[in-house]
Amino acid sequence: MARIRAFENAAEEASRGGVSAFGAAAAAAEVRVRGPLHLSTGQEAVAAGVCANLAPTDLLTSTHRGHGHSIAKGASLERMMCELFGRANGTNRGKGGSMHIADFSVGMLGANGVVAAGIAIAVGAAHALRLRGERAVVACFFGDGAVNRGPFLEGLNWAAIHRLPVLFVCEDNRWSATTPTAAMTAGEGALARARGIGVDGLAVDGNDVFAVDAAAAALLSEVRAGGGPRFLHAVTYRIKGHVSVDAAAYRDGKEVARALENDPLALAAARLGETEVRRILDEAQAEVQRALQVAAAAPWPDRASAYADVQDTGAGRWLG
Amino acid sequence: MARLSYAEAACAALERAMRDDARVVVLGEDVGRGGIFGQYRGLQERFGAGRVIDTPISEATIMGAAVGMALAGLVPVVEMRVVDFALCAMDEIVNQAAKARFMLGGQARAGLVARMPIGLWSGSAAQHSQSLEAWFAHVPGLAVVAPATPQDNYALLAAAIACGDPVAYLEHKELWSLAGEVAEDAAVPLGRAAVLREGGDLTLVAWSRTVHAALEAAAQAQRRGIGVEVIDLRTLWPWDRDTVLASCARTGRLLVAHEAVRVGGFGAEIAAEVAETLGIRVKRLGSPRIPVGYAKPLEDEARVDAARLLAAIESFG
Ligand SMILES: Cc1ncc(C[n+]2csc(CCOP(=O)(O)OP(=O)(O)O)c2C)c(N)n1
Repeated sequence: MARIRAFENAAEEASRGGVSAFGAAAAAAEVRVRGPLHLSTGQEAVAAGVCANLAPTDLLTSTHRGHGHSIAKGASLERMMCELFGRANGTNRGKGGSMHIADFSVGMLGANGVVAAGIAIAVGAAHALRLRGERAVVACFFGDGAVNRGPFLEGLNWAAIHRLPVLFVCEDNRWSATTPTAAMTAGEGALARARGIGVDGLAVDGNDVFAVDAAAAALLSEVRAGGGPRFLHAVTYRIKGHVSVDAAAYRDGKEVARALENDPLALAAARLGETEVRRILDEAQAEVQRALQVAAAAPWPDRASAYADVQDTGAGRWLG
Repeated sequence: MARLSYAEAACAALERAMRDDARVVVLGEDVGRGGIFGQYRGLQERFGAGRVIDTPISEATIMGAAVGMALAGLVPVVEMRVVDFALCAMDEIVNQAAKARFMLGGQARAGLVARMPIGLWSGSAAQHSQSLEAWFAHVPGLAVVAPATPQDNYALLAAAIACGDPVAYLEHKELWSLAGEVAEDAAVPLGRAAVLREGGDLTLVAWSRTVHAALEAAAQAQRRGIGVEVIDLRTLWPWDRDTVLASCARTGRLLVAHEAVRVGGFGAEIAAEVAETLGIRVKRLGSPRIPVGYAKPLEDEARVDAARLLAAIESFG
């Protein structure tokens, strides 16, 4: 959690003025992280609590707000930061950026720029594990907004009829861009919907890392035992704006203040000794500082690589 | 006459259409807070949540519901954020909206305006940077509009709402803050191009943001003694054959340029039509056939800018 928080804070700092949607500032030289940056600040306990129960061979799909999931799954902070900086030694060789970070070496199949797109991919990956006779499982993270897209129904149904090894994790931060999700979501919520499709699960305080850990452990042991898919509804809060430059003026400041009192890092720290906490925070900070230095000094991808990894059939420089 | 941004101009056109015609409604994600680009600012306050409808993240149903609303007598303006997310609603656009009137034997029509911004959106990488206008131009039943200026975004959005057909209305993801004079009474019919600069040596056809790069390149070419006539197509379907052919007949050379990938781009259609009709030399300029990368050097490789345009202009020799 401390590593995720330190990473998000550093990424936010490096992105200042950097979203082109809000001005031409993205082209400015001092902006190191360009484009939309969706921070998971305040949501760290969900990623950490779930991924503590995953092995390196297990797989994971994520969302546009995916840094925490990647870090918790074991991706290197250094290579992630290089990716945010658009450098050649980033996880995706500078091709993806924040919204597409993936690290297949630790089973992280990718963030995604399209809401709910990861759900079907997770289901397909689990189906492949089944067909290949592997024992690993898939953790599928998505936001509360994703439950209103078709792939939610279609993906859960698919996983259920095939009894696939997937843990669906709805990371419910209450907001979908500028819209409170509750106003746009009918019925009893995500878990009730999942149960309606025959996927049972648990609801948990997503800011309590110990609770998330315990719930994920229980659900994953059922998944690993061949019980089919399970569902975890983890309620947390999006402390930051939708993207780093969004001041989120559309929401009530009191709501944010309440959420800040419920900071998952502070809740966890209260159960550890003070020196232990200090050491963890310092180590995380130092690791992120090193990542920043490496990223700032790392080489840019050369332009020729824009033509690499497009496809084999019909590959070539089909210039403009 | 007022000085408005591209986003404000569209908002003003929509406000006027909603005031004049109670059948006009808006639906889409985040529209109640004015849309994430401010392109719906103030509309929900003014017309209420009943006519400016906040939706779940449900692109297929947003578009499908708009088709249903249209068949039942409303004129929906559909917010898709960027064209890349409209891909989640392709069945509803292509199989439902575009074909309804014909398939139903003319009993009803699915008149709606689908706002699906195209273009390279700096720093947003491959899933948020596509220009897919050719896809829509290929589908019978759709009109396709791609405004380049605040004035045209005002006038063309008004025309699109009034036309009664399903319209792929393709604003540009990076033009929202572009400011310009907007006259409320300047009507622009769909299907009419604008000659933005006259020149005798070459006709340069562009649309959307590429129009601005084209004007820049034309000014540079002038200094090198090449007179470039710049035509902003504005509407891709129907496209203004008369204006383009008349210009090409005079200049004897055509360059069509767009941000979209050149292979299979709409520039090919225009170039082929002109070559078939006039037998003159034609060239196309577009993005290489690559997804848009995140890192600046990769993104730049996909960018069609004034320098590339100038090189293409000079390559006619
Ligand atoms: C299919 C699709 N529609 C719209 C968007 C634009 N968009 C990006 S994030 C977002 C909100 C998502 O909300 P939620 O799933 O709750 O995740 P959160 O951002 O809160 O983490 C929206 C609407 C998108 N990326 N994909």
